[in-house]
Amino acid sequence: MTFSSELENRFAKLLTIYPPGRQRSAVIPMLLYAQDEIGSVTPELIEEVARRTGATPLQVDEVIGYYSMLHKKPLGKYHIQICTNISCLLRGGMELWEHACEKVGVGHKEATADGQISLEEVECIGACSWAPAVQVNYDFHHFVTPEKLDRLLDGLRKIQ
Amino acid sequence: MLYNEPHPLETKILTRRFGLENSASMDTYLATEGYQAFDKAAGMKPEQIIEEMKISNLRGRGGAGFPTGMKWSFVPRTSLKPKYIVVNADESEPGTCKDRLLMEYDPHQLIEGTLIAGLAVDAHAGYIYIRGEYRYLIEIVDKAIAEAYAHGYLGKNIRGTGFDFELYTHTGAGAYECGEESALLESLEGKRGIPRIRPPFPAVSGAFQSPTVLNNVETFCAVPPIIRDGGAAFAALGIPKAGGTKLTCLTGHVNRPGVYELKLGFPVKTMLEEVGGGILGGKKLKAFIPGGSSCPVLTAAECEGLTMDYDSMAKAKSMLGSGGVVVMDEDTCMVKAALRIMRFYAHESCGWCIPCREGTSWLRKLLQRFHDGMGQRSDIALIGDLAKNMLGKTFCPLGDAAALPTISIVEKFYHEFEDHLNGKPCPYEVGQTSRSARVLQDPRVAI
Repeated sequence: MTFSSELENRFAKLLTIYPPGRQRSAVIPMLLYAQDEIGSVTPELIEEVARRTGATPLQVDEVIGYYSMLHKKPLGKYHIQICTNISCLLRGGMELWEHACEKVGVGHKEATADGQISLEEVECIGACSWAPAVQVNYDFHHFVTPEKLDRLLDGLRKIQ
Repeated sequence: MLYNEPHPLETKILTRRFGLENSASMDTYLATEGYQAFDKAAGMKPEQIIEEMKISNLRGRGGAGFPTGMKWSFVPRTSLKPKYIVVNADESEPGTCKDRLLMEYDPHQLIEGTLIAGLAVDAHAGYIYIRGEYRYLIEIVDKAIAEAYAHGYLGKNIRGTGFDFELYTHTGAGAYECGEESALLESLEGKRGIPRIRPPFPAVSGAFQSPTVLNNVETFCAVPPIIRDGGAAFAALGIPKAGGTKLTCLTGHVNRPGVYELKLGFPVKTMLEEVGGGILGGKKLKAFIPGGSSCPVLTAAECEGLTMDYDSMAKAKSMLGSGGVVVMDEDTCMVKAALRIMRFYAHESCGWCIPCREGTSWLRKLLQRFHDGMGQRSDIALIGDLAKNMLGKTFCPLGDAAALPTISIVEKFYHEFEDHLNGKPCPYEVGQTSRSARVLQDPRVAI
């Protein structure tokens, strides 16, 4: 598999930062960075990461189910993650989640038919003092109201 | 831009650079006494650095509150193995959002803290394990690390002292359990984050089976001020047995939620009323979690005369934890709060220990049924018993973290469970939207 030169550089660096013989340490960062580029963790990617880190494909495969950010199924181009954990719940996170499901018309870890937007109800994302919080891909949005979420979604639709 | 306005009652030691222009840059850091502590530490003996840490009374800021100087002293300096410094930046305790700001506004303070830890235990490499969701912070910290290399504060023969230190960031990929030290080390080695059996503790066998100092971001960030101004000055800020300040995240039903740096021993009432601006909408306080969702819940009455420090919280049978304060007003349904907290632990249990894996799922189902109005009186005691059966029966504290808030809610808000009996929908959500009844159906797990 070939990746962008930026990602190749990142991989090359990753393989040098762990002690000799410990390249398996790079498995999780490599999977996450590669997933960002190709959209999901594919069987080819598992083989490739195993080959580059010296791990077995099974050792690579077994971490995917454990880490909630890694996924084998492609999600939307814009992945909307809404936190409903305790601090967000108290500030309307659950209502925000329900609103998003109705507005977008998909459920947890589902994407729209055009593949543009997907939703996920997530656990604490570390924005508790600015709740309710939403992450669109890696971007944080704080003090999100249903109206603010509507504007955000409309904005994403326009970018397409 | 700051996330929240500072408050006059704050004591800004770790957050002193927050709000300065380009606060994350090397220039700003150097202009504000940056890296002076490293220069000072480089002239000290390792034992002196550790002694200064002990004098400071700094206790781990990730949640457990273990004395940092003592933790460092456990590392066998004479070991022939390489030693490592690992920064736990996997901040994911619900209610906690402080490490994020320390890395965003002042990454060099963290770098300097790890360097000094390196000097103290003779380590020459460090890893900052940052949770995957904090991708923007990896970019900020990587940039600061690159600046530190360019200015000779990282790499070979740092500032002509003969001391070498390499520092790297490492991303997680979404797992609360990896905030637990031994699970984090497994994750750092590219595996599932399953806790290790201890002993041996990380100080003896940690990252890559080598002696390791593993502390929270805030703990490392406290090191430069301690070394620069002396451990005694830091200790004097707090109270006996707990020195310094604590970054406190006010969340939930307060008028001014935000992250504030408060002296240890700060009165809870002043914190809620003055710093937090009182309860949202002028309502009354019902309950309060002092340090993240793993801590036993306290009632409004228990907050009287209570202070934010380890011993005071232990006396009140709770914990200072990570500093994630969750404030709940009089209209909050405590069964719903217990359910949401349990849903989190059931989702995050790694599955290694049976009491935790089975207990959290069973409790989640029971609490869900209760909140839906289908609970039975015998379930109330069952919820408490199940939680107690998890206590102390797991390799890592996640089982306890799920059990403690649950036990406290059942004990202190027993009547709210009774109010949910006899097929009623949640009595605390009358007049709210019809959605709230099914509000907590977990879409991720079939019940």
